[in-house]
Amino acid sequence: METFDPTELPELLKLYYRRLFPYSQYYRWLNYGGVIKNYFQHREFSFTLKDDIYIRYQSFNNQSDLEKEMQKMNPYKIDIGAVYSHRPNQHNTVKLGAFQAQEKELVFDIDMTDYDDVRRCCSSADICPKCWTLMTMAIRIIDRALKEDFGFKHRLWVYSGRRGVHCWVCDESVRKLSSAVRSGIVEYLSLVKGGQDVKKKVHLSEKIHPFIRKSINIIKKYFEEYALVNQDILENKESWDKILALVPETIHDELQQSFQKSHNSLQRWEHLKKVASRYQNNIKNDKYGPWLEWEIMLQYCFPRLDINVSKGINHLLKSPFSVHPKTGRISVPIDLQKVDQFDPFTVPTISFICRELDAISTNEEEKEENEAESDVKHRTRDYKKTSLAPYVKVFEHFLENLDKSRKGELLKKSGKTLCLSLLSS
Amino acid sequence: MEFSGRKWRKLRLAGDQRNASYPHCLQFYLQPPSENISLIEFENLAIDRVKLLKSVENLGVSYVKGTEQYQSKLESELRKLKFSYRENLEDEYEPRRRDHISHFILRLAYCQSEELRRWFIQQEMDLLRFRFSILPKDKIQDFLKDSQLQFEAISDEEKTLREQEIVASSPSLSGLKLGFESIYKIPFADALDLFRGRKVYLEDGFAYVPLKDIVAIILNEFRAKLSKALALSTKSFPPCMRQLHKALRENHHLRHGGRMQYGLFLKGIGLTLEQALQFWKQEFIKGKMDPDKFDKGYSYNIRHSFGKEGKRTDYTPFSCLKIILSNPPSQGDYHGCPFRHSDPELLKQKLQSYKISPGGISQILDLVKGTHYQVACQKYFEMIHNVDDCGFSLNHPNQFFCESQRILNGGKDIKKEPIQPETPQPKPSVQKTKDASSALASLNSSLEMDMEGLEDYFSEDS
Repeated sequence: METFDPTELPELLKLYYRRLFPYSQYYRWLNYGGVIKNYFQHREFSFTLKDDIYIRYQSFNNQSDLEKEMQKMNPYKIDIGAVYSHRPNQHNTVKLGAFQAQEKELVFDIDMTDYDDVRRCCSSADICPKCWTLMTMAIRIIDRALKEDFGFKHRLWVYSGRRGVHCWVCDESVRKLSSAVRSGIVEYLSLVKGGQDVKKKVHLSEKIHPFIRKSINIIKKYFEEYALVNQDILENKESWDKILALVPETIHDELQQSFQKSHNSLQRWEHLKKVASRYQNNIKNDKYGPWLEWEIMLQYCFPRLDINVSKGINHLLKSPFSVHPKTGRISVPIDLQKVDQFDPFTVPTISFICRELDAISTNEEEKEENEAESDVKHRTRDYKKTSLAPYVKVFEHFLENLDKSRKGELLKKSGKTLCLSLLSS
Repeated sequence: MEFSGRKWRKLRLAGDQRNASYPHCLQFYLQPPSENISLIEFENLAIDRVKLLKSVENLGVSYVKGTEQYQSKLESELRKLKFSYRENLEDEYEPRRRDHISHFILRLAYCQSEELRRWFIQQEMDLLRFRFSILPKDKIQDFLKDSQLQFEAISDEEKTLREQEIVASSPSLSGLKLGFESIYKIPFADALDLFRGRKVYLEDGFAYVPLKDIVAIILNEFRAKLSKALALSTKSFPPCMRQLHKALRENHHLRHGGRMQYGLFLKGIGLTLEQALQFWKQEFIKGKMDPDKFDKGYSYNIRHSFGKEGKRTDYTPFSCLKIILSNPPSQGDYHGCPFRHSDPELLKQKLQSYKISPGGISQILDLVKGTHYQVACQKYFEMIHNVDDCGFSLNHPNQFFCESQRILNGGKDIKKEPIQPETPQPKPSVQKTKDASSALASLNSSLEMDMEGLEDYFSEDS
């Protein structure tokens, strides 16, 4: 699986876009049931071609048009933008100021490099099983809030292909949200504040908002294994000094002593919890609480979002099922039911699935007697024969939910007659 | 969520039409008034409201807002000036009506600069905040419903279910229990300032907001809407008046022709004498003119054009034809019709500064070349208001203003004649409405009066 050679991309992409890319499901998503006229036709796509040639304001008439163009251009990267007031590929013909971004999914981008100050195993573009748990926690925390606090129903989580995850929130009302509300949502979801120059990045007040409490409960499930074993954040003086920097100096000596006497991070953490909860801040007037303990857990584990990705309605984000040009991995949907088991290192690369396809096709050709079987039929079955299949299934499940919601909305609006005709379709 | 329409119709059927128009002692001024009032009442209403807003400002400085002293003094001001303030008083229709109309009159007066807008909005917000604070609890729900706001107080059972979460989320709540606190359930996006800072409990897309925070939300809504309405008002000024306005703001001085043209226009859109005087005075004082000199010299002219001095004739505002044909501006003048009198290059720059598209500008310049000045102005109207066809034949600056207000106020038929403000358009569609052509007819008839009175004016020494 690991043998991916970027120089093979042009050939691989050719095969991928001809035989494997799930066009019909993709179109089904972005067309949103065809309820709004020209919704798909007004959508902006951007392509990055070979040699870093970047073209914006691509738009297509229908699924077949999309297929033809993608096969013709062979993009290295595909980004999805907003739905505009006019066809993006005609934006130059529009009266100045009239070409406006109107709707887009609410998106989130969580990138492992934003955690470099708190992970000891890797840095920058590298990831490993030890730090991937950060993404698992991030997905659980953010998804819970999007679902339970904001009431968002259609959330698609996608592996970015290298070192992070994306989330696409596709509810009808959400696509219409203003930039101000999108920013507000990111603010609500943010707890870790400050750049390199700030040591303590999380400060909790006396009143703990339910969002924070519930997020901490999620982190608690992973903390021991992730932070105390795998990351070993209290392993030695160098690492535990970083954590002491987050607690008041008055308890440093006591902690240093008990840390010296302990043998591993688990023991040291127990000491820290006891001392921290005993700690009284005179200003707070006899308020007890594990705030210090929680502030540390949050700084080491809580999700870090890039507000710029989420707030702009016209922001372009990497498309699901796009290929990552450096790793070759496909940006695949993540099954929320199995998020703990998701392993980015088992996500298929384009070379892997192309090889799978070749192998199967050769076998089939040998067995196949009827050569007149149409190309289209081949193509629609092809991805199913590769490791891409289960991921397309996750995508289809997501699409079914969207369909169900849409039908539900129509029912509510129209009444009996429509209900009967839909049920029979 | 109940909207006002259904409830109002029911009330009307019950026979109480006057109370139906103003069901509450306070309002958000969502719809402009549409009744016929005399010029005198128009002026008096405006003056009274200015007095009221000035009191609001002064009291806010002298006393802490919300204290008993502040409240009782403000209440007595409202009573003195006969504006509404409290529910359950007898004969509430008149004070509420005065409140409604005077607010809209002042919108016109105060839309004209950032400074004026800010002052107006601040005092109106303080006034609304006060009125809300003395509203009895049981009336709050009714008022919120009627104001097209999706705010519903939740039941006691729903409160108990979420008590811990709500208390843990809201900084405005102290203690551990909710007690008799009213909690409102609103769509999360309506509580942006609260949820972004995690200052409210969110569940399934709704924010559970205590009463105190609801007031803050309402006031923000109010401020946003009012701000937008005022900004839109400047769109209603035709280019000939916009340039005068700009020149005045920049130079604090207009020569005679400009003063005449602008003064009459303001009069035409209903700016009271008081307001006009205030306004002119302000402008000239900024330009460091002696206030005495102002009172003796310029204010005489303004009073003249309002018909309060000299011949006491009510001058009507200039028509396009008058502005185009007579008294061309020379160096240092800013009056006249920009399409007729401006250098095409300067006109182009001006249109660019008004953010008209290059396509629109070239169309306008073509019309100007063909001496179709009024059609050029119509084209400007179309571009500014984003319509394909302005739907009228322009021949008067005040007509431009009326048509613009019509579009910006959502198509309500508010017509203004040059002499009288507000032509009749009653709320329930009982009477027939006057249409654009009749408004035009009245404007046309005033044209003749125009010519007469002003020729006389120009023959005087000024």
